[in-house]
Amino acid sequence: MSTQPIIISASPHVHSDRTSKKLMYDVVIALIPAFLVSLYVFGIRAFIVTAVAIISCLLFEYLIQKYLMKTEVTIGDGSALLTGILLAFNLPSGLPIWMIVIGSLVAIGIAKLSFGGLGFNIFNPALIGRVFLLVSFPVQMTMWPTAVENNTTIADAVTGATPLGVIKEGLMFGDTMSTIATKIPSTVELFIGITGGSIGEMSALALLIGGVYLIVRKVITWHIPITMLVTMAVMTGIFWMVNPEQYANPLIHILSGGALLGAFFMATDLVTSPVTKKGMIIFAIGIAVITVVIRLFGAYPEGVSFAILIMNAFVPLINTYFKPRRFGSKIKSKIV
Amino acid sequence: MLKTFPKGGIHPPENKITAEKRIRRMTVPKVVYVPIAQHIGIPSEIIVEKKDKVEIGQVIAKSGGFVSSNIHSPVAGVVTKLDMIIDTSGYKKQCIVIRTDVKNESNFEEKEYPLKSQIKMAPKAILQRISDYGIVGLGGATFPSHVKLNVKEGVKLDCLLINGVECEPYLTADHRLMLEKADEIVVGIKILLVALNINKAIIGIENNKKDAIKLFKELTKNEPNIQVAVLQVKYPQGGEKQLVKAILGREVPKNGLPLDVGVIVHNVGTVFAIYEAVQYNKPLTERVVTVTGKKLENPSNFWVKIGTPITDLVEEVGGLPEGTRKLVNGGPMMGKAIKNTDVPVTKGTSGILIISEEEASRGEAKNCIRCGECVFVCPMGLEPHLLMNLTEKGFYEKASNEDIMTCIECGSCSYVCPSHRPLLDYIRFGKNIVKKLQTAKN
Repeated sequence: MSTQPIIISASPHVHSDRTSKKLMYDVVIALIPAFLVSLYVFGIRAFIVTAVAIISCLLFEYLIQKYLMKTEVTIGDGSALLTGILLAFNLPSGLPIWMIVIGSLVAIGIAKLSFGGLGFNIFNPALIGRVFLLVSFPVQMTMWPTAVENNTTIADAVTGATPLGVIKEGLMFGDTMSTIATKIPSTVELFIGITGGSIGEMSALALLIGGVYLIVRKVITWHIPITMLVTMAVMTGIFWMVNPEQYANPLIHILSGGALLGAFFMATDLVTSPVTKKGMIIFAIGIAVITVVIRLFGAYPEGVSFAILIMNAFVPLINTYFKPRRFGSKIKSKIV
Repeated sequence: MLKTFPKGGIHPPENKITAEKRIRRMTVPKVVYVPIAQHIGIPSEIIVEKKDKVEIGQVIAKSGGFVSSNIHSPVAGVVTKLDMIIDTSGYKKQCIVIRTDVKNESNFEEKEYPLKSQIKMAPKAILQRISDYGIVGLGGATFPSHVKLNVKEGVKLDCLLINGVECEPYLTADHRLMLEKADEIVVGIKILLVALNINKAIIGIENNKKDAIKLFKELTKNEPNIQVAVLQVKYPQGGEKQLVKAILGREVPKNGLPLDVGVIVHNVGTVFAIYEAVQYNKPLTERVVTVTGKKLENPSNFWVKIGTPITDLVEEVGGLPEGTRKLVNGGPMMGKAIKNTDVPVTKGTSGILIISEEEASRGEAKNCIRCGECVFVCPMGLEPHLLMNLTEKGFYEKASNEDIMTCIECGSCSYVCPSHRPLLDYIRFGKNIVKKLQTAKN
């Protein structure tokens, strides 16, 4: 017999090899394709923004946990790293560095740690950081460096609006969709990723690859992303069919404005989404409806971030009312 | 598509390393320790005294009430003492210690029992035999079989399910028994059909035991009353409610029994024990036990006499390997960890699992990240993360309203939790308190 004592514990005596840390790093891996595209499109700026966001998120988590909260430091669990990446992916590549640092502080300090740290936050930290910056620095947050013609990397000076911004502006000035269509990238370009926008939302293709990876690795289920995208397509599709000159077609809506980034990476954040599949579907429909309403009738051209944050607030309620069906409850007797 | 239950479930690594090993007969131990509480219900009453001579198969403790069972001497020998020993539950329980008479040949003869397929007994007599010979559910729950089979007048019953699922990883006792005693099990099923006066039985076997499926399909080809259901490999399919749902699509109501939907479920081991009791007057004094573990020299399946100390079994497979950190009575998902190998084998011991250093320790519990994984895998449609939270904070009333009492303790939630939270530990604790509160109220 070995010298070490025998362990007595309650069953089960085995555990699957999944850990929260592995889940977090799987999401990081899934974001790599989108990051590579943004490196190609924005060059070194994409790297700088992402690196600054990651480093400041990790640093703030460390400092706050060590000196302010005096609790265990958890920067190794991958969660702050992920918040940093997602925050950066939601920012324009030309944003001044000090603003990124402020965004990180808000994301980690206010949205995550002030609620009690990992697992206790109600709102998606990266989105809180992004929306804080958006309402505080609206000018810088909507200056999008765009891809230069002929496909080389971007010059800092060239800025323009995102496709959805162009559409919103155009419609406000009374243009029809057919005129506007000439000013925005084609659907194919949107799909591959040559467009204006924040770092992570460039290529629909890259985001889809990452999303499929997450579903295959069972980090997320299809319920939130698919429900959200389908609902968006149906809603915008109805408006588009009613009046194609006033409303953009559903493909443009889905391929631009961070819809895919939101559907696969932001709305599916484990902590801030419902725990049941029924709940997830309700949650995703809510996000889609709010997004479309903001995009079509609101002041902002893009609405995914706001929609997700609004629905985040409903998650506790959804969890309370959409429970899994208990085995053996409410059944008809089925004796044959 | 193979049949399975629709909600929840997991598929842990099967690790059925002893699936190819024939069941060997374990050497008769020098001393047996027979606890009197080997079944669910009232412990049996001891009817022997110190220094009494007992014969093999003699009743040494008789049923203590309706839900109770007789206990028979597994060996011929002398009662040396009536003692309190720690059994697999971890508590001290009363037990009869018998020293084997090494000169008595009945202890060592290895009789071959030829197949006896003619059923001569009437239903009442069969039930009496099952009750007299101390048959209890051998799948692990050890519920006295005669109580389960005693169906009241007017209760609708139309199907007997035979549980050959063995969904626990590592264990192969039922699998081997099905391969080696298939004919006997089929006769046992017919006996039960006679006893219950019904004409439909279905054997449920998971698809990882293809040889057993083939064998039983072959054997029941000309048996219109017996079918084989091939099931997808999924834990906890061996749970009664899950099995009924998987095979028949019927859902046992909350807090109900399979009988409420016209079904009785018996484990293959139990069916074999019933066969032996009815056809050969053999009381339940031995059972198949899988002794297994990745580091063991020679993991095996054994015919073991009830009361054999686990030490003997461990020696038979080459001793405890270096670095053993956990001993489990049963499978890795629902088995009980035991403190040492002095504990005896009882009617409910389906396996002994020896776990080494790397697998024994639990990961450190982290914050719940609300991933919902526990909710997805719960076969009962519960929310384990919520039940743990409510129990942790002392909201037992709320936990009770969230159906904490319907938890079958399969452990799927704790198994999958990426934050290594001890979900089932808390749920068990909560169930205990809720139970106490309910009794206090009544």
